[in-house]
Amino acid sequence: MAATKHTLVAIVRDKPGVLNRMVSLFRRRGFNIDSIAVGHSEEPDLSRVTIIVNGSTAMVEQVRKQLDKLIDVVRVSDISGDKIIARELSLVKVKASSATRSEIIEIADIFRANIVDVASDSLTIEITGDEDKIDSMLKLLRGFGIKEIARTGRVAMIRGALPSEDKKANNR
Amino acid sequence: MKKTGAQIICESLIAEGVEVIFGFPGGVLLPFYDTLPQYPQLRHILVRHEQAAAHAADGYARATGKVGVCIATSGPGATNLVTGIANAFMDSVPMIALTGQVATPFIGKDAFQEIDITGITLPITKHSYLVTDPGELASVFKEAFYIARTGRPGPVLIDLPRDVQIEQAEYAVPAGEVKLAGYKIPARGHPTQMKNAAKLINEAHRPLIIAGRGVIISGASDELKKLAETAQVPVVTTLLGIGCFPGDHVLSYGMAGMHGSGYANKAIDNTDLLIAVGMRFDDRVTGKIGAFAPHAKIIHVDLDPAEIGKNIRVDVPIVGDVKAVLQTLHKMVEVGQHLEWLQQLDDWRRQHPMLGVREGTGLLPQYIINNLYEATRGQAVVVTGVGQHQMWTAQHYIFREPRNFISSGGLGTMGFGLPAAAGAKVGRPDRTVWLVDGDGSFQMTIQELATLVQDKIAVKIAVMNNGYLGMVRQWQELFYGKRYVATPLSCPDFVKVAEAYCIPGLRVTRREEVAGAIQQAMDHDGPFLIDFMVEPEENVFPMVPPGASVAEFIEAPKKEVSTWPRRNTP
Repeated sequence: MAATKHTLVAIVRDKPGVLNRMVSLFRRRGFNIDSIAVGHSEEPDLSRVTIIVNGSTAMVEQVRKQLDKLIDVVRVSDISGDKIIARELSLVKVKASSATRSEIIEIADIFRANIVDVASDSLTIEITGDEDKIDSMLKLLRGFGIKEIARTGRVAMIRGALPSEDKKANNR
Repeated sequence: MKKTGAQIICESLIAEGVEVIFGFPGGVLLPFYDTLPQYPQLRHILVRHEQAAAHAADGYARATGKVGVCIATSGPGATNLVTGIANAFMDSVPMIALTGQVATPFIGKDAFQEIDITGITLPITKHSYLVTDPGELASVFKEAFYIARTGRPGPVLIDLPRDVQIEQAEYAVPAGEVKLAGYKIPARGHPTQMKNAAKLINEAHRPLIIAGRGVIISGASDELKKLAETAQVPVVTTLLGIGCFPGDHVLSYGMAGMHGSGYANKAIDNTDLLIAVGMRFDDRVTGKIGAFAPHAKIIHVDLDPAEIGKNIRVDVPIVGDVKAVLQTLHKMVEVGQHLEWLQQLDDWRRQHPMLGVREGTGLLPQYIINNLYEATRGQAVVVTGVGQHQMWTAQHYIFREPRNFISSGGLGTMGFGLPAAAGAKVGRPDRTVWLVDGDGSFQMTIQELATLVQDKIAVKIAVMNNGYLGMVRQWQELFYGKRYVATPLSCPDFVKVAEAYCIPGLRVTRREEVAGAIQQAMDHDGPFLIDFMVEPEENVFPMVPPGASVAEFIEAPKKEVSTWPRRNTP
């Protein structure tokens, strides 16, 4: 079966070691994580984890079921088949001289990215968007020399849905 | 009312109905052990190695269906539990493993005997806790027992720092049900899938039930029997499913899998509907997965949704408690009749007899197991180690009830036998408990003979002594050109070893002595050891070679087999 990128959203109890349990499970079962992003959710004491896994639908379904067995995982859904909004934030530090600075700023503008730091030999750009958009900008910036990249990994949400509908997605 | 952490631990154990703890003390557990005498209703059994504490709790749990409890100190005590916890995890055994931990200010400082045991056991526990506040103990224990015993059971570890045992906290028995947002126990199967399953069962020509340990855990033996009898579906079991369906039932066709009966494996190869109940398609059951049950639609009933579709594609997935599902299914199926299919199975049973013992004078393990079955009238709890003796016991002792065959399946832990037998006997004191062990397996936890003596645990021990690590030797014989590397095994004089522990023993070298020795062991009030000097190079047959389909089993040379005279053959 063809491997594709799947977006899993897990709502987990905010307990010590919960992330360790999840990541350990991926390693133990031989599943690869593309990216993982963790933060607070709309409910107190619950965190939201967005995990991008590359694999066949059957494999990802097995991942989802195994994650769901963890006591601290309240619910987990594969939202890949849904209409979702997915975003990632990146910070990119690019080499910049007086000769190249304006060209770099122009590229950042095209991508609606922000310049967040300016130094004598570099510019730091903040960009938000889906992976493709970030990848395209990085491609254009490579020629100038990229000193550092920090990417958050994808966070995602079903369009227009309430958390309760996430639950339904889980039961499908 | 204020109590110390150690007192709360004991109170919590009692509140959960615990009667016995298998353990071994140590520095950081001193507050707990010092408190224990205040609670005489908690029996503590001192093992000689922490691994045995976990196996004993495991054997106790399998024999009784209750949660087994073991305790070990921090550091090496805790790491010694690991094999036992992993064993319980693989076989879904309800267990609470308590570990001492260094005092909270020392955690993370590489203190003396500090180890990250919750980290180490992460992939082999159903859940784990590191308690840092004595005020949390009562709720943690309640939650831990609930998690260990409900749903698909498993081991739960609670790490108990020294200061948490000493400090005081308000204690009251936690009220109400345990509520865990992320913990779901599927109750009964989806109605549509149940309908689909019933339809398939009613339409099948060659249906077959394969039943696993889930039937035992769920207490669904009666429901399984009713369904099989009503729909006239023959039943085979996995290794751990042994006893979930009466082995002498007319619809019973024994164990399937690598060392399963030829007719059970032929049944799998020919069935048009496989009803898998409380089992997880382990590779030792399926053989080559692509060639497993090639003509069959598969109904898979399991409590754990993650087991469905994990190893094999199924046609009808039913997630639910086996007992509830079978009860409902029984009401939905029609009275069946599969005379031709059952006739075919009986023919295969005649062509590939299972219970035969080779003629001649050699002392064969199969002969001994047959005798053990006769002597105990099939009523004993039989515990095994891991290896050839385990398979011979599974094949030749006929179990009629659940929880009478206790064996390490998923992990295949040599050394499981003796401590597990001790735990089983403690849990079922009114039953005769036999340990059938191999000379290799037995030596891995032989020190537990002392536990039997100190705590007066009357386990009867039959060692199948062939001077080899027999199962590995068998593979070397069959698949590695008879190069017996690291399998010839020198053993101590087991009778003398037993004697050193004040356990009487006998050595048996001839068939004629078998029945008498077993009787003598049973008549003795207390533990007893028989060292059976069996044929050194006897093999376990049938055998499905690794990587082969279950239909391609190798059999024992036919001409040498005679049928055991006192057995019911169809």
